[in-house]
Amino acid sequence: MIRVVLPFHLRNLVRVDGEVELDVAAPVTIRAVLDALENKFPVLQGTIRDHGTLKRRPFVRFFACKEDLSLEPPETPLPDEVVSGSEPFLIVGAMAGG
Amino acid sequence: MGFADGHQRANLSGESHFYKHKVDVAVAYCSWFNFSVRNQQEQAMSKIRLLVGTKKGAFILTADGKRKNWKVSGPHFAGWEMYHLKGSPADPNRIYASQTSGWFGQIIQRSDDGGKTWNTPGSSPEELKSDGGMPKGESNKFVYEGEVGKHLWYDGTQHPWEFKRIWHIEPSLTDPDTAYAGAEDAAIFKTTDGGKTWKELSGLRKAKSNLWQPGAGGMGVHTILLDPKNKNRIYVAISAGGCFRTDDGGKTWKPITKGLKSQFELPDPDAEVGHCVHRITLHPSKPDVLFMQKHWDVLRTDNAGEKWTEVSGNLPTDFGFPIDVNFNEPETIYVVPITSDSLHYPPDGKLRVYRSQTGGNEWEPLTKGLPQKNCYVNVLRDAMAVDSLDKCGIYFGTTGGQVYCSANGGNSWNAIVHDLPAVYSVEVQTLK
Repeated sequence: MIRVVLPFHLRNLVRVDGEVELDVAAPVTIRAVLDALENKFPVLQGTIRDHGTLKRRPFVRFFACKEDLSLEPPETPLPDEVVSGSEPFLIVGAMAGG
Repeated sequence: MGFADGHQRANLSGESHFYKHKVDVAVAYCSWFNFSVRNQQEQAMSKIRLLVGTKKGAFILTADGKRKNWKVSGPHFAGWEMYHLKGSPADPNRIYASQTSGWFGQIIQRSDDGGKTWNTPGSSPEELKSDGGMPKGESNKFVYEGEVGKHLWYDGTQHPWEFKRIWHIEPSLTDPDTAYAGAEDAAIFKTTDGGKTWKELSGLRKAKSNLWQPGAGGMGVHTILLDPKNKNRIYVAISAGGCFRTDDGGKTWKPITKGLKSQFELPDPDAEVGHCVHRITLHPSKPDVLFMQKHWDVLRTDNAGEKWTEVSGNLPTDFGFPIDVNFNEPETIYVVPITSDSLHYPPDGKLRVYRSQTGGNEWEPLTKGLPQKNCYVNVLRDAMAVDSLDKCGIYFGTTGGQVYCSANGGNSWNAIVHDLPAVYSVEVQTLK
């Protein structure tokens, strides 16, 4: 089971309090996790990745095991700790305030 | 002597000016009394619902027709930029809302119970699965039709269209499931399924859009006006794009800017597009008459935009954003003069609404109840609305978080709330 932590506003949007748990078939990549997430919560389509291009939105970042994965290709396999469920995959709103 | 008795005697005497005068006074009093009673009854039976979009959430303000005691609900969608909320004229409980974020993009929300509860359209469990078993969830999918195309960029080059957000939602006058959405970068989208899916009316971007250029506030369709007497006629206004009209339900559009002068921004005096139109409005009884607040200048047209005439008259400055029409008086209009395009606050720190009861040119300041010193807020283009009660209510919100109400056509004002986030939009529903 893959654990995903959503940022505050997206948790409110999909009305969940804590982490989201997803079944993701191997290989567990960034893209596979995002596909599964959007499959479970279709309203998230367009909020993390652009419609159509599926590019990461500029002020959304991805982290796991204290590593910034935001610039990694979508096909990048996630760390074993994320695959085993001992560590979550973090989707974060960038600190780009104002 | 009762009024009926006096009326009868006057009729019998025929020549009695004294009685005639008294009867006139009595009839007038009676009419006023009946009007007053009717007015009070209407006020007692009516309810006003204000839909306020702000930089950090939406608020719903409700009162009865007296418009004195208000209840405040919110923030809804706390922390999100709420560009616009508007109710369906065909079903007032159906409200559409544009929820947006620099981080997470565009969301469309819909309420079917007057704002008590909200959902993203098409998100019920039975709606989420398509025939192929995949989720739909397309209520926030705004994709430009066909080849994306390019518009003028700041450096004079051509720049591809990029969807950013929905500035304005205009529900159909007759069908709760149909609505139009004005987008940045400028385009108009239409839904016919209650907001579940949206399709661009791409003919608008064929109207010389390669010459549209974003201003500092972005290049968005901020105003959509539906002609109540001609279902195929729609007007839109675009900041730094201009003003356009379709007469075939959105298939083809043409610029309607003849008479606009923007000599500082557009050296070509005959330029059809590129004018920075801030807002247009119309009265439902006279949809060929439109009023415009342009970047500079207040204007009117009496022929559906074929020719515009400046009516700035004696305004202290003709820069501003909103403009609206009194519901009961089609030639009574309101603007909020702002110092200049460099100084986005009222002249002399005095917040004044200006009213013209002559359709423009002759303006009077309305100040009673509004701050007349040290006031440096702005009033944005979508942040003014009018109700449809006999004593027309006028409402506007400020970037300082105040929402003001006048229950008497602008003669006096009260702040309903003082400390909301910056107000982006104000819409009003008059509920019977």
